[in-house]
Amino acid sequence: MIRIGIDVGGTNTDAVVMNGTEVIAGVKSATTADVMSGVVNALRDVLAASGMEASAVDFVMIGTTHFTNAVVQRRDLAQTAAVRLGLPATASLPPMVDWPEDLKQSIGNHAYLAHGGNEFDGRVISPLDEDELKGIARDIAAKGIRSIAITSVFSPVSSDFERRAGAIFEAEIPGVHITMSSDIGRIGLLERENAAIMNACLRDLSAHVIEAFRNAIREAGITGKFFLTQNDGTLMDASFAEKFPVLTFASGPTNSMRGAAFLSGVSDAIVVDIGGTTSDVGSLHKGFPRQATIAVEVGGVRTNFRMPDVFSIGLGGGSHVVETDNGIKVGPVSVGYRIKTEALIFGGQTLTTTDVAVAAGRASLGDAAKVSHLSPDLIDRVQAKIHAMLEDCVEKSRLSPDPLPVIVVGGGSILVDGPLSGLEVIKPAHFGVANAVGAAIAQVSGEIDRVYALAELGRDKALEDAKQRAIDAAIAAGAAPDSIEIVDVEDVPLAYLPGNATRIRVKAVGELHAG
Amino acid sequence: MNILRTIYAEDLDDIAIGGAILGTGGGGDPYVGKLMAKEAIRKHGPVELIDVSELADDALVVPVCMMGAPTVMTEKLPQGDELLTAFRKLEQLLGRKIDAVLCGEAGGVNSTTPFVVAAAAGLPLVDGDGMGRAYPELQMVTFTLHGISATPMVLCDDKGNALVLETVSNAWTERLARAATVEMGGSALLAFYPMSGKQAKACVVRGTLSLCANLGLELRESRLSNGDPVRAIAAKLGASVLFHGRLTDIDRRTIGGFARGTARFDGVEDWKGQTFRLDFQNEFLMAERNGEIVCTTPDLITLLEAESGNPVTADSLRYGLRLVALAFPCNPQWKTDAGIALVGPRYFGYDTDYIPFDAH
Repeated sequence: MIRIGIDVGGTNTDAVVMNGTEVIAGVKSATTADVMSGVVNALRDVLAASGMEASAVDFVMIGTTHFTNAVVQRRDLAQTAAVRLGLPATASLPPMVDWPEDLKQSIGNHAYLAHGGNEFDGRVISPLDEDELKGIARDIAAKGIRSIAITSVFSPVSSDFERRAGAIFEAEIPGVHITMSSDIGRIGLLERENAAIMNACLRDLSAHVIEAFRNAIREAGITGKFFLTQNDGTLMDASFAEKFPVLTFASGPTNSMRGAAFLSGVSDAIVVDIGGTTSDVGSLHKGFPRQATIAVEVGGVRTNFRMPDVFSIGLGGGSHVVETDNGIKVGPVSVGYRIKTEALIFGGQTLTTTDVAVAAGRASLGDAAKVSHLSPDLIDRVQAKIHAMLEDCVEKSRLSPDPLPVIVVGGGSILVDGPLSGLEVIKPAHFGVANAVGAAIAQVSGEIDRVYALAELGRDKALEDAKQRAIDAAIAAGAAPDSIEIVDVEDVPLAYLPGNATRIRVKAVGELHAG
Repeated sequence: MNILRTIYAEDLDDIAIGGAILGTGGGGDPYVGKLMAKEAIRKHGPVELIDVSELADDALVVPVCMMGAPTVMTEKLPQGDELLTAFRKLEQLLGRKIDAVLCGEAGGVNSTTPFVVAAAAGLPLVDGDGMGRAYPELQMVTFTLHGISATPMVLCDDKGNALVLETVSNAWTERLARAATVEMGGSALLAFYPMSGKQAKACVVRGTLSLCANLGLELRESRLSNGDPVRAIAAKLGASVLFHGRLTDIDRRTIGGFARGTARFDGVEDWKGQTFRLDFQNEFLMAERNGEIVCTTPDLITLLEAESGNPVTADSLRYGLRLVALAFPCNPQWKTDAGIALVGPRYFGYDTDYIPFDAH
């Protein structure tokens, strides 16, 4: 199987060609303003470097920050109607209540509250009122809005109302885009609703971007199927991604961690991705990033996405090194992409971490003579400081006392040498394009998040049911049934509820079904 | 009437942080309560905070709180008028107007819920509460220690149902209200313990809402000035550091509808080589260091993220977190025999006597 992985970042578009599990070629090129020509260039370059024919490519996997950036920068967002089903409950806090004002205004602040919703145990809060929904549909149509986010209370337990409301809107407003919160998020109404609304406001853009990716791939002469990677490190096919652009959020760090796992052959580890300005640190469990348990903000909006539990520190290859009264200070200020002109070794005026690495003889880069004046004492102290910063991150990311290895990837990997916190450090081959590798090797997944009454069902039966639902979801997403594995099971007892109510989350993943 | 301070919508961020600190690991996420309070203040105007001594002896003061499963509260948000409905109903029953609002529980989500009804009803809010912290059951308030009945109590849901309870004891109120809350969908709002100004002066744990606001402010300012947030919070609370360590084991189970569990820590920095164990039932209730009990309920044990100073709930505990445990003495009312019987370690099933925690 020949796969191409592409990572479209803010600065670089990286691409790799893989034959089965072997990396044949990897290239880095600049991201272009239109994104598309950068992808065309990357495809052309990486095919040339690999000596492969375009027609031999089976799959193309793309990871992109395009949709995250659209929200963060408030551009290309569609006017969106947020419809919540739950009255009389939830009226205290309307949709988008805690959003930044500029973002709310940029999508029109069209919020509607209607009857519907379920209790935690599936009972109905109030029946759906079709006339009420038809009235809302007329208002939405009159405003010319073409994308609707529907959120019903406890829809992760029962999504029936969201589906029925969606059908009504589709019948009343032909061609309207519907996003249902139960397809995207988990329990936590405002966070799930936020994700659904953000998804809805990206629908026009996603149609445009996915079409552009499709054209870029066609232009390169590739006829294979193409996918986008989502925030949990698994794939969605292009038509699914067009409907759920919000699921691409945070796919970048996920891809680099998955790529690190693959390149090093280690599935349980701590991953340090050192870029030019920051280092992202997270931990891998069975080849997947550990997910965050707290609410994550995107563009100032609180969400409960499946996001990798990655944190960043201001340490990268371009970080400023300054001597202060309190000792050595490294970062968070960085020369960033200007390292090629501003670092000492490239004839610039700024002492950076890369200069120190070169002075220490750890990397041969630029002109080493330009850093020969640095005192051995300073070099030692800077290295000790960098080491201490990284060790603290590694300790934070450790999820067990087991001696896990630390995998270091990214262009700034030259800053690290020797064990961190007594843990073995691995620098795999192709570490510079780990994120594109992560995209190329992404698997498909199915996930379930439901509340079960264990008193009725028993824990074993409930877990079995949840696992089967997750497996079914993975198969529906394109996984080869015999490759499916349950990678995550989590049950959280819900305090103060009878019947031993427990929230169970299960994730199943599998290899992409070839053909 | 002297006004201690006026609370505007933007002050609620600080109060919610302080509420989470006094929540001692439980009490529910203040996020939803905070947003509701902000909305109410934006709609009806700011809330005036008064000292309990400002109340006339014959004033009618009514505490409020939210009851139910914290997870339900994050999904099925309230309708918004529940507490106002409860107030109107209670006024009807008692044949007079309510003069001031009181906070039932200053820890967790209930640090913010009183602001919702104080704003909507245009009533002053007493700076204080009935716990000085968070506890899981509604008889666990200083009001009980003073012989005040929780009833007549009005329990309201999102649908407009209002349930009036008249009970023989506050323990019975808890049982019946808990069952009703489940029927109402796992979350409800209530007005209870109607009392006179004179009674309030005797039993209220004073100053806890302004303490919440000050804790939030302290945390914010310490971060802005690159200070040590944990030290700043400890100083504000008059708390001692019990331990600084990394979580190495977490064991959770549900018994009788409560999230019980044990967390174990290994020391870091000054505490290297030492161990720490924390037992919780929604709230953190007992701390052991190197096998020796160092703090128990009703004294307060709170966990902060070592670097950010952010309070950490029992729900969000996970392996690898680096945390600082702080302890500080409870309100003296809890240290009485009746107080210990109501909320001491034995009530929660721990086979130990209460050992008063002495900060410093």
